[in-house]
Amino acid sequence: MDFKFSTEEEAFRREVKGWLKEAIPPRWRELPTGFWQETEESWKISRQFQKNLGMKGWLAPAYPAEYGGAGLGHIKRLILAEELTYHDAPVSIETEITVNWVGMALQHFGSEQQKQDFIPRIAKGDIIFCLGYSEPNAGSDLASLQTRAVEQGDNYVINGQKIWCSYAHYADYCWLGAVTDPDLPKHRNMSMFVVDMKNPGITIRPLINVIGCHSFNEVFFDDVRTPKDSLVGVKNNGWFQLAMALDFERSGVQTAAANKLLLDHMVNYAKTNKRGGKLLSKDPILRNLMAEMAIEIEVARMLCYRIAWIYSKGGHSNYESSQAMIFGSELLRRISDAGMRVLGQYGQLAFGSHRAVERAMMFRSYLASLSIGVGGGTNEIQRNIIAMRGLGLPRK
Amino acid sequence: MDLGLNEEQEMLKKSAREFLSKECPKKLVRELDESDSGLSRELWKKMAELGWIGLPFPEKYGGNGGTLLDLIVLLDEMGYNIVPGPFFSTVVLAGFTLLQAGSEEQKQTYLTKICSGDMIMTFAITELDGTYLPESIETMAEAKGEQYILKGTKLFVPDANIADFLLVAARTGKSTNPADAISIFLVDAKSAGVKVTLLKTLGRDKLCEVVFENVKIPSKNLVGKLNGGWPVIRSILRKATVAKCAEMVGGAQASLDMAVSYAKERVQFGRPIGSFQAIQHYCANMVTDVDGSRFITYKAAWTESEGLPADMEVSMAKAWTSEAYKRVAVLAHQIFGAIGFTMDHDMHLYFRRAKAGELAYGDADFHREIVAAQLGL
Amino acid sequence: MDFRFSEAEKRFRAEVEEFILQEIPPGYADKDLYWPGGYGAIGEFEVRDPAVEKIRKKMGERGWLTMAWPREYGGGGRSFVEQAIFFERLSYYDAPGMDVSTLISGPTILRFGSEELKKEWIPRIVRGDLKFWLAYSEPNAGSDLAAIQARATIDGDDLIVNGQKIWSSGAHVSDCGWMVARTDMAAPPYKGTTLFIVDNKSPGITIRPIVNIDGFHSFNEVFFDNVRVPKKNVVGDMNMGFYYLMVALDFERLVISMGGFRHRYEDLLNYARNTRRNGRLLSEDARVRARLSQLAIEIEIAYLLYYKTAWMMDNNLFPNIEASEIKLITTLLSRKLADAGMEIMGQQAQLWPGSPHAPLRGRFAVGYLDSISAVIGAGTSEIQRNILAQRGLGLKRR
Repeated sequence: MDFKFSTEEEAFRREVKGWLKEAIPPRWRELPTGFWQETEESWKISRQFQKNLGMKGWLAPAYPAEYGGAGLGHIKRLILAEELTYHDAPVSIETEITVNWVGMALQHFGSEQQKQDFIPRIAKGDIIFCLGYSEPNAGSDLASLQTRAVEQGDNYVINGQKIWCSYAHYADYCWLGAVTDPDLPKHRNMSMFVVDMKNPGITIRPLINVIGCHSFNEVFFDDVRTPKDSLVGVKNNGWFQLAMALDFERSGVQTAAANKLLLDHMVNYAKTNKRGGKLLSKDPILRNLMAEMAIEIEVARMLCYRIAWIYSKGGHSNYESSQAMIFGSELLRRISDAGMRVLGQYGQLAFGSHRAVERAMMFRSYLASLSIGVGGGTNEIQRNIIAMRGLGLPRK
Repeated sequence: MDLGLNEEQEMLKKSAREFLSKECPKKLVRELDESDSGLSRELWKKMAELGWIGLPFPEKYGGNGGTLLDLIVLLDEMGYNIVPGPFFSTVVLAGFTLLQAGSEEQKQTYLTKICSGDMIMTFAITELDGTYLPESIETMAEAKGEQYILKGTKLFVPDANIADFLLVAARTGKSTNPADAISIFLVDAKSAGVKVTLLKTLGRDKLCEVVFENVKIPSKNLVGKLNGGWPVIRSILRKATVAKCAEMVGGAQASLDMAVSYAKERVQFGRPIGSFQAIQHYCANMVTDVDGSRFITYKAAWTESEGLPADMEVSMAKAWTSEAYKRVAVLAHQIFGAIGFTMDHDMHLYFRRAKAGELAYGDADFHREIVAAQLGL
Repeated sequence: MDFRFSEAEKRFRAEVEEFILQEIPPGYADKDLYWPGGYGAIGEFEVRDPAVEKIRKKMGERGWLTMAWPREYGGGGRSFVEQAIFFERLSYYDAPGMDVSTLISGPTILRFGSEELKKEWIPRIVRGDLKFWLAYSEPNAGSDLAAIQARATIDGDDLIVNGQKIWSSGAHVSDCGWMVARTDMAAPPYKGTTLFIVDNKSPGITIRPIVNIDGFHSFNEVFFDNVRVPKKNVVGDMNMGFYYLMVALDFERLVISMGGFRHRYEDLLNYARNTRRNGRLLSEDARVRARLSQLAIEIEIAYLLYYKTAWMMDNNLFPNIEASEIKLITTLLSRKLADAGMEIMGQQAQLWPGSPHAPLRGRFAVGYLDSISAVIGAGTSEIQRNILAQRGLGLKRR
């Protein structure tokens, strides 16, 4: 065992940190940034930033160089992801979706033509995907999706409704799951498509989230024609591909880094603010609370590091991704709650309010963390995965 | 022992539930949440006509002659439905202070107007550090002839943006014990030198910063004894604390009811999600938190209402309810999944208020320490 | 609303207290290691103490063992609030007196038993002559009680019983088992199970001790090998046993050692007020204060639910939700109290009873282990949550 980073890895971390100092535009530091909190202005900044990242090969660092990636190893990717999040760089869920979900799946299942067409553009930050998975009646029970894709000449004709499509209003393409053979049983009836969002027949309706931002959408498909070759992989094999995609490396280290950012904020606040005439950092209850949070962050980091380590040894994570995801995401809730306790009355002040603290970072995280454990598979579903896949408990 | 509500209270509860669901629909709640004033004059007038604003005040001031406990029953329902507006500030903070410490003339002048719905009032207690401790009050009122000159900054003052008058806690002398030199003043919100800034908050309640720049107050606007303000404030804070608990209990109950009915309707994997044990156990935890909060709050309210020593009971209720409501709201969100994370859904209205309620009149940490002291630790 | 006891209730409370302090054998409470909510350190499940028997009989004479029963059956005709007061005081002083016979069997016989059955058993139960043990759980029927396999077949005037029971608290010191067995294997369990009383002296019964993690013998395995039970011992109708069992759950609502929680809490509070660590009283440590404060709040909530349940029963309201809540809350409290005690007492906390320096006679160390049984015995916390969700909130089973 060796918990140290190598000299080379440490040097890489310094390089990333150094680059970030210059690369993040000052205006970004004045905006209410964070996941689910994008505005027109912040979106523009992050798109440009992602292109800059792409030029360094750091937007899709895992991709081979021929596709525009940096071909970085697992540990360096972990370091990069950690530093990007910890420095609140303009990358967020859209990058995760496009690069790590869609791009990875395309590399595994896409045709050569599809790879040539999409992967370099993804790696350069030129295109953004939204996910077309959930439907009003297919949430945790994704297998119940009803959107249909019917073959007609050279096309598939798509009809149906998707929901919770993050950034669909910005997206160039939709990574869509649709039923291609309704006569087959669930889990064997669905195929994956890349659908151009400029297609006629697509209607996007915004859903405003609790933070008051437009991040989600309902997307309606009304006789949308998409060429046959936009089907990815094997017809009716979508579920298998989806299940395989769960095995793609996903360390979740971003959440751990986000947690650290929040902890630093509350520690700093406690060291510089008084309540009842006493520095908050001298309050034994709050000290204890912050110490607990620091310990939990360390545990969360180790759970994430373990995943990168497993992959660096050529292994695959099984339940470990679910585990890191649950721990890190629930920790984000606990940290936000702890931060609100430390900030006291000031915690409730919104961005833009008179006397708000640090761009109301804690406030926004407190609200945003409500989505935690809901999106991308609820924590109940993740726990099922840990119990069944990880511990071998029977389903029934 | 009688652990139930009496007939009038049951009636009040029932009629409040009906009235509010009709007259204060969530559409109005949202409008008021998003507005700067947070006030619907129309609803305010109707509540005055129903006798709600004067509920706990004597009939000779136009009140309804009810008890604190009656008010608690009503606030429970107001929390259940969510009723934005200055009811809490006007009735609990200001009304009770005037009733307890005001001169007969002040009561006749101001309390009467409060009861009739013609005056909105609040109490500016907290300052920059946001705590409810006497040492945190630094605003000064200096006697100058027939006047006091008020200087200082109050923060997190509810509804100051629409109040006609403000009660203000200010320091009126020097003392070794910081509680010994605090007095309460009635300040006309239109006085020169009063500057109110509305804060944007998580709860979307209307908390304000109020700056007093050499505001002149006539001496007759002193409420209660000079330097005798703190015991009054403590007593009012106790009432406000338990009253806030009642609102929170109502909100927690509504969160539970909403989540349970959704769990019964929402079908996934071919069955209602409420039939899954994970969800059932969430619901079981929620109902236990709701009922625990309700009983401990009503015990505290009854104790205070009877005029018995209630410091321990009230702090127990607030320490528990602050955390319980939050737990319930978070679990309810978990049951609603993504739909609950949207602005159009009602759940976040409760989640926001759970946090705002927790912060008001001392959070769990603050009240646990009071309980510890009461336990003789 | 009025949260105070009435004058009559206050007088009764004082009377109970006086009785306990007078009658409890000297030194009894000093030996007792009972942990509230737990099942492993209950003295009455371990030995049959003649002194305890004597107290129980005296309580019987006053009608206290069955105080909420109707007078015509030897009950005390008292309210459930009074009964709650009685149990609270009893458990506060670690006094003996609760038994399956008076808490579960008696009320079930009164509700469903024949006149003959009542005549035979009720007077003896009222007097405190009998001790019963619960013969419910089996190796393959724990949370899923419907899976019991013990069988009883009719043979003339007798039932012939075969099978095995487990976790039978106090079976070795009791007179009779309060037992369920399958009598119609073809029917579903809830239509093919019969409830009856089995005499411990019947030939064919073998009782084997199980030593629990506290190191005490309170549990047993009990084997039935062609044991004859007279048919007249059947409670109610044949094959209706499961239904009676479910109804009997309602009788157990107030079987909670409320006073035990308060007393142990007071022990801990006093310990914190009188013990110094690093030159400072524990009670001055902000974290200890917060911890004790939080416990006080949770105990207060449990008390409120406890009396609320009793009050509802007196007023013919159905405390379905409240009864499950109080069970859930107190079992969790059993763990929290032990855990808080262990943390506050630090190193010393691990000292077992009998060790020099063991604080509070090492009871918290016992409780720390024993509280594991609190969230398992008499329906695990998971089952309590199911009941609460299904019975209380109307969520569907499937």
